[in-house]
Amino acid sequence: MEKDTQWPLWEVFIQANPGIPHKHVGSLHAADEEMALQNARDVYSRRNEGISIWVVEAKFIKASSPEDIGSFFEPANDKVYRHPTFYKVPDGVKYL
Amino acid sequence: MTKDQALFNYLLRLADSSLILSQRLAECCGHGPILEEDIALTNISLDLLGHATSVLTYAGKLEAGLPERNGKGRSEDELAFLRSEREFRNVLLAEQPNGDFACILTRQFLFDCWQFYLYESLQKSKDETLAALSAKFSKEITYHLRHSSEWMLRLGDGTLESHERMQNAMNELWMFTGDLFGTDEADALMLRSGIGADLTQVKVKWEKHVAELLSKATLMVPSGIFMQSGSLQGKHTEHLGFMLAEMQYLPRTYTDSKW
Repeated sequence: MEKDTQWPLWEVFIQANPGIPHKHVGSLHAADEEMALQNARDVYSRRNEGISIWVVEAKFIKASSPEDIGSFFEPANDKVYRHPTFYKVPDGVKYL
Repeated sequence: MTKDQALFNYLLRLADSSLILSQRLAECCGHGPILEEDIALTNISLDLLGHATSVLTYAGKLEAGLPERNGKGRSEDELAFLRSEREFRNVLLAEQPNGDFACILTRQFLFDCWQFYLYESLQKSKDETLAALSAKFSKEITYHLRHSSEWMLRLGDGTLESHERMQNAMNELWMFTGDLFGTDEADALMLRSGIGADLTQVKVKWEKHVAELLSKATLMVPSGIFMQSGSLQGKHTEHLGFMLAEMQYLPRTYTDSKW
C-alpha cells in the first residue's frame, strides 16, 4: 500500500444549539489542531449549522471492532427492562 | 467636489478592492493545495464578493443623487462589469497575480490586516449605512485575518523552502503596501466629515500588527523598497486589464444574460 502523505485525519463534532450534545458531522485533514478547527469552520459550518465545534484527531479515538458485536451488544437484546419505556414522558420534554 | 461625490468615490475604493481580490481568489477555485483550503479560499472570495455587492449597491443609489447623473445611478452589476480599468479604484495589492501559495497567502494577510483596521474604524462612521455594513463585514474579516495569520506562522516558521517562499512573496508584494494608505481629495473630505477612516491611524495599527506577526513567523519586514502608487487615479499594474477582460467578458458579450 502506498504511504499516506496526507495530513492527519480529524473528526469534527458540531453543537447545533446550546444545551444539546455535539454531533459527529464528518472528518477532514489538517496539519494541527488550530488548522483543523479553522478547516472545520470552513467545511462544516458554512450553512449556519452550529454554535460550537470540537475537533479531535482520529487516531485518538478508540473504536470497537466488528468482532466485538457479539460480546458487546447482543447481551442487551433480551433485556427490555433496560429501556425506560415503562415511564410516562411528561409533555413538553425536548431532546429525549 | 461635493460630499456625496466624495462618498461615492470612497465607496468605489472599498468595493473595488474587495471585488478584485474576490476575483483573484475565485481563480484559485479547484486549485487549492488541499480540499479544505480550497473551500476556505473560495469562502473568503464569496465573503469579499458579498462586501463588494453591498457597497456597490449603496454607491449606485448614492450616484442617482449626483447632479451630473440626472437621477440615474448604476446597479451593482453595471458598476462591477461595465467600468473599464482606469475607472477601477481598487488597491494595487488586490490585483496582483496569484503566483504560488505563498504569494496568495501573503497578499491575503497584508490585505486582511488592512481591511481589519479599516473597517474597525469605519464602524464609527457618521454615515449610518457604511457603519452598519462595516460592523457586518468586520466579523468575516476577523476570520479572514485569523486564517491568513495562521498560515503565515506555519509557512514562515516551517521548512527551509516554505520560509524562503514566504520571504520572497513578502519582498515581492511589499511595494504595493504603501498604496493601501494613499489618500486623495475625497479621503480628506470624508475624514473631515467623520465618514471616512483616518488612514494614518489605520497605518500605525497595520504596521505594528504586521511587524509582530512577521517576527513570530521568523520573517523579515522588507525595508528600503520603493512604494508603488496610483490606484487612486485609476493607474493600475498591467495585471488588472487582463483580469477585467476575463471577469467582464460574459456580461459585456451577452448583455441580456441573467443568472
